[in-house]
Amino acid sequence: MAAVTADQTTQKTLGTEDAVDADRIAAFDAAVAADERIEPRDWMPDAYRATLVRQMAQHAHSEIIGMQPEANWITRAPSLRRKAILMAKVQDEAGHGLYLYSAAETLGTSREELLDKLHAGRQRYSSIFNYPTLTWADVGAIGWLVDGAAITNQVPLCRCSYGPYARAMVRICKEESFHQRQGYELLLALSRGTEAQHAMAQDAVNRWWWPSLMMFGPPDDASSHSEQSMAWKIKRHSNDELRRRFVDICVPQAEALGLKLPDPDIRWNEELGRHEFGAIDWAEFQAVLKGDGPCNEERITQRRRAHEEGAWVRDAAAAYAAKHAPAQSSPRTPAQHSATAHHVEETA
Amino acid sequence: MVLSHRLGEWAGHAPVLEEDVALANIALDLLGQARVLLSLVGDEDELAYLREERAFRNLQLVEQPNGDFAHTIARQLYFSVYQHLLYERLAAGESEFTGLAAKAVKEVAYHRDHAEQWALRLGDGTEESHTRMQSGLDALWRFTGEMFQPVEGLDSTVDWQALESGWLAAVTDVVERAGLTLPAGRRTGGWAAGAGRQGLHTEPFGRMIAEMQHLHRSHPGASW
Repeated sequence: MAAVTADQTTQKTLGTEDAVDADRIAAFDAAVAADERIEPRDWMPDAYRATLVRQMAQHAHSEIIGMQPEANWITRAPSLRRKAILMAKVQDEAGHGLYLYSAAETLGTSREELLDKLHAGRQRYSSIFNYPTLTWADVGAIGWLVDGAAITNQVPLCRCSYGPYARAMVRICKEESFHQRQGYELLLALSRGTEAQHAMAQDAVNRWWWPSLMMFGPPDDASSHSEQSMAWKIKRHSNDELRRRFVDICVPQAEALGLKLPDPDIRWNEELGRHEFGAIDWAEFQAVLKGDGPCNEERITQRRRAHEEGAWVRDAAAAYAAKHAPAQSSPRTPAQHSATAHHVEETA
Repeated sequence: MVLSHRLGEWAGHAPVLEEDVALANIALDLLGQARVLLSLVGDEDELAYLREERAFRNLQLVEQPNGDFAHTIARQLYFSVYQHLLYERLAAGESEFTGLAAKAVKEVAYHRDHAEQWALRLGDGTEESHTRMQSGLDALWRFTGEMFQPVEGLDSTVDWQALESGWLAAVTDVVERAGLTLPAGRRTGGWAAGAGRQGLHTEPFGRMIAEMQHLHRSHPGASW
């Protein structure tokens, strides 16, 4: 089955890559079919490389932009324990961004190039981060629903055909599961707290539920990249399949939380063995993707500002490194770096 | 706790991702230390969220707004060198702070290294970074004297004069290696030295705690 799909894949790319050695294509297809990992030095179709760069960049950008809605509440966190948890989470997200940019760099791009594309609006980040965090409960709703959706999406990526991406996802998923439990626990504390806290939690779930379902992307019949990505084993499940799994996971969790999901059409379908749910507002999804969401402008402006205002710092670090490089002009090797002198740049 | 809060304001705004990680990491260490210290006295949240400005005993240095990255680094340099030297002494002695200091001294050594490395990079980087680093050092200099005012309860274990000369020597060394000039002038701030320890703060501090305490105070008695 997998081999047949892979053959079809090759047919598509052959038309544009006639010059490519047929042996290489066969080796690539065989590796994908056998569930082997493709590694940076392996030959791969240009379109496979381009798809991965696009997806990994978008994923990395989402981690970076995703710091903003949560960081919005660091200075107002209502207890020192919650503040520490939130700071640690935002720190982890910066770390995830770093892993993902590094993984993308194995495909021949650079972090600088990808960030430039993000700042220029030529690469996307997840639509979810264009929604505002209006109350403290939003921090919990993001943990439970947004991280929950991300995990549902990302766990299958741990088996993605591209090795560096799959390995990055193993590390990221571990940390994300931890965040998700913390978000759930935050909401549980609110739900069982005072009346005002409970109302705050319900309001947050009302606002984050539908945007979280949109994180799985357009429905299968409108998803342009899905078929190819599944053939290449970058994706393992369709958008709708993952979305259904997520709803099935969330319904009992909402009950345990004592909160309602804002969808009157959710009901268990005995025959299908899964939940049915209401229609997603795809017009809103498209508007947010096109830049017309509630916070698109603020998010990208803040990102650009941080980058522009930090330019002199990066220039200083580069100038310092150049001045203090060893006298000979040969490329520096790790052994020539003093561990402490480069501590700052190599925290990651 | 106050410095941790200030560093938390950097989240998502740092010049490079590595610094988003590093500043959050330092903020977390400091918050962890603050929680241990506050818990020695009472309930950490009550002390953090329900005290008025005049009841806070933090140094004026740590409540200063972030400014640009050089300003933040200058504040970190002054404070983390001080904290490192102080915790080394406390860890070596015998007081109720020995345990905390023994653990924190490792974290603070990292903070100090981070601040020193950046002071060198900015001081000896470009003309612009040099100017900005010098102005950060100059602007915060007047708040540094307060760190060496005797603190009730610690006086028997800490020789403040020796701490001050050790601090001055260490900071002078970094400043000179970075090609910068040690600021001149008073180190006692606008208030008498030791003002922060008496609950006399600078104006930005009131706004900082208004933001920090707002949500907690809006829900009296709630748990989070």
